Amino acid sequence: MTFTLLTAVLLVLTMLSYRLGRQRVLASGSSVKDMHSLPSYYGAYVALWCGIPAFLMVFLWQVLEPQFLRSITLSGLGDTARALSETQLNLLLNDIRSLASGGILSREPDAAMTEAAERYSTWRNISTALWAVVAIAAAIGGLSYGRRLVNPTFRARPAVERVIKIVLIVASTIAILTTVGIVVSLLFEALRFFGKVPITEFLFGLQWSPQTALRADQVGSSGAFGAIPVFAGTFLITIIAMTVAVPIGLMSAIYMSEYASRRFRAIVKPILEILAGIPTVVYGFFAALTIAPFFRGLGESVGLGVASESALAAGVVMGIMIIPFVSSLSDDVINAVPQAMRDGSFALGATHSETIRQVIIPAALPGIVGSILLAVSRAIGETMIVVMAAGLAANLTANPLQAVTTVTVQIVTLLTGDQEFDSAKTLAAFALGLVLFVVTLGLNVIALRVVRKYREKYD
Amino acid sequence: MTDIATTVPRPLADADSAARIERRYRQERRFRRIGLAAICVALGMLAIMLITIVSNGYTAFIATEVAIDVTFDPAEVDPDGTGDPAVIGRANFQGLTRNALRAYFPDVSGRTDRRDLNKLISVGAPSTVRAALLENLDWMGTTQTIWVKAGADFDSFNKGQIPRDVPESDRRVNDNQVSWFDQLAANGRVEKRFNGTFFSSADSREPEQAGIRGAVVGSFFTLIVTLLLAFPVGVMAAVYLEEFAPKNRWTDLIEVNINNLAAVPSIVFGLLGLAVLLNLFGLPRSAPLVGGIVLALMTLPTIIIAGRASLKAVPPSIREAALGMGASPLQTVTHHVLPLALPGMLTGTIIGMAQALGETAPLLMIGMVAFIVDVPGSFTDPATVLPVQIFLWADAPERGFVEKTSAAIMVLLAFLITMNLLAVLLRKRFERRW
Repeated sequence: MTFTLLTAVLLVLTMLSYRLGRQRVLASGSSVKDMHSLPSYYGAYVALWCGIPAFLMVFLWQVLEPQFLRSITLSGLGDTARALSETQLNLLLNDIRSLASGGILSREPDAAMTEAAERYSTWRNISTALWAVVAIAAAIGGLSYGRRLVNPTFRARPAVERVIKIVLIVASTIAILTTVGIVVSLLFEALRFFGKVPITEFLFGLQWSPQTALRADQVGSSGAFGAIPVFAGTFLITIIAMTVAVPIGLMSAIYMSEYASRRFRAIVKPILEILAGIPTVVYGFFAALTIAPFFRGLGESVGLGVASESALAAGVVMGIMIIPFVSSLSDDVINAVPQAMRDGSFALGATHSETIRQVIIPAALPGIVGSILLAVSRAIGETMIVVMAAGLAANLTANPLQAVTTVTVQIVTLLTGDQEFDSAKTLAAFALGLVLFVVTLGLNVIALRVVRKYREKYD
Repeated sequence: MTDIATTVPRPLADADSAARIERRYRQERRFRRIGLAAICVALGMLAIMLITIVSNGYTAFIATEVAIDVTFDPAEVDPDGTGDPAVIGRANFQGLTRNALRAYFPDVSGRTDRRDLNKLISVGAPSTVRAALLENLDWMGTTQTIWVKAGADFDSFNKGQIPRDVPESDRRVNDNQVSWFDQLAANGRVEKRFNGTFFSSADSREPEQAGIRGAVVGSFFTLIVTLLLAFPVGVMAAVYLEEFAPKNRWTDLIEVNINNLAAVPSIVFGLLGLAVLLNLFGLPRSAPLVGGIVLALMTLPTIIIAGRASLKAVPPSIREAALGMGASPLQTVTHHVLPLALPGMLTGTIIGMAQALGETAPLLMIGMVAFIVDVPGSFTDPATVLPVQIFLWADAPERGFVEKTSAAIMVLLAFLITMNLLAVLLRKRFERRW
């Protein structure tokens, strides 16, 4: 509440300073024609001087306050608290905090806790008031300083534009920060995992059963972290998906770009693209509800045992999902093949299909390979279909009728539900995530390079 | 395109080459048919999927209701005669509802039979009765016919999803229950009505009580956060990269980075959210705020790429004219280029938002997968979103949730279609070719 109020006050001050800056330059006696910049830029300049320091203060307060309150509260708790472990300490602090705000506690409060809670709330009030005063003072200080600089010869526009440009640069680096964040967080947690489980065991081990034992005598919960069966399962499902998606996607792309009439294209292409727009959770539901029972029934009728979470069902549905990726990317590269090559082939008497098979496809091959690689990376990273339709147990098998598990399924199973952040089980998810990230990134870099190189050849 | 295949071949003297030509044309026709077949397979799959979902899901929009005659005996409901709604609200409505049902079947006795009888109506029926009484306090001392939801199994039974003509042991409802239900139906006490609960309530363990309101509101909050973060940042980044950035290694790096980020699996963004937003910054679990941030990071590349494309489409002559009139580079962009590029940017943003709306995997990582019975009221309340709700219901073992899942999918697809249509309309309306 105080935060909202403070933000509102600061916003009003900022708007006020815009008006003041504008008024000051207008009141200086010179006409707008003689000023260096338009009056609104003088207003904006003062507003920046008022707003930036003030909101910086608010931001600092938001970041530092928890730390500050924590150390204040701890200093009064004395030696009993110092003896506690990190987790117990956090629990205690949580209780003190909820005692102060009248929430639910996990234990009966004792005298020391009540006292700590009182100190906590006193100091919280003091620090809130203090920072509100500091922020408002910064706003007013910035306002008066900025206002003093304003005169008709002052170069306000370049100054304001410099600030805006810095904001633009910051916005464009967020993408970099995201990547850095992904790499650092995955690496950091994965390294902690490899501290517990050797990396060679993770990469080459043949046993995957991440359930760690609750009791010492429990069976089958040794906690084995050999990821080969998980990688093999991912590979199997990806292969099934690609055997569905590549022929269908490629043939529809060929038909669309070479045979179809303009009207047919205009109608069918958007409909095909609906397939790409349907959320993957819908495909997962479709796979689990319709396709998996269908394959099981089919298997029963010919006397084959098909698992109800067979790799086949998940792979086929994933293949359907990927068709539009293959077809629209291949469509682009086929269209990029110069018409002269077609005409040359026709002139030699080749039929249309001979032209396609012997001239267009070879010419477009690098682009098609690139689009298939992109589709593979998509299939490897796909989560919801396999979570809903593939199995959980890590079987090392090449039989598509059996249940296998994938990297993404394991990440989801390991990280949903209760988690402790120091167990090998949760950390294993980050190691799998790192592998997933590296593999998909590698595939993308290769695919984009192949596609680009091909484009340069014909442009 | 020249249509080679249909030109009539000239008769050839040589029988061999005539046969060869014939073979080649056959091949040509076969190839063409394979292409058409591929498209038909893809479209057929789409059709099968949509038909499966609609045929499974449309029944969720109607619910079976049962009429029971509830007697509001003042001695039981309001023994002290206070007339105070707070006191009346605490009465034993479960007992009232069950008595009403039992009064209709006086011959049912025995614990098992009575328990079976109670299953005919939903466990939410007492709260329906309570709400009805609190709205009409003058019902006190009278007997009223109230329509309550049927139990989930009987809802399915009435809709024909649980077949009647199978052995009792294979059915979720036993023969006794079927005969009671038929008796109610014969007396006009069973009706199919529009299922308002589905749109007005949040998740529940009971299929007949479950609704999508909580998930829709959660999705709304999440998307608001995503939009507020991704749109301004995306537009600013696109403007900088397209209009101001010098060509150097740093901007090259940013560009490669954005392209690669667009292809990172969504679940990796969930891992980022878990490790950085939850564990490092200590933001609340299951909150739309965190979900929104994660989805914003995920849609940012889409918005930047679309934004750059539409900025690139603005012809240089516009910029040159503005610069020639003495505008500064920033004024040129904000006053002239950006307004012209904005429709394209908005189209890209809407498409990015539609992607974010359908995304499930990263939200599982940050705990938006919890079972939540309350409609979220703010950005930090525990919430779930529509696709995650679909995932949760798809996992639920009860038969009644299958139709709920399909219906929720229909709602989700309706939202997505609306958003995409909006994007198409925007493009059609404002698209300019120079």
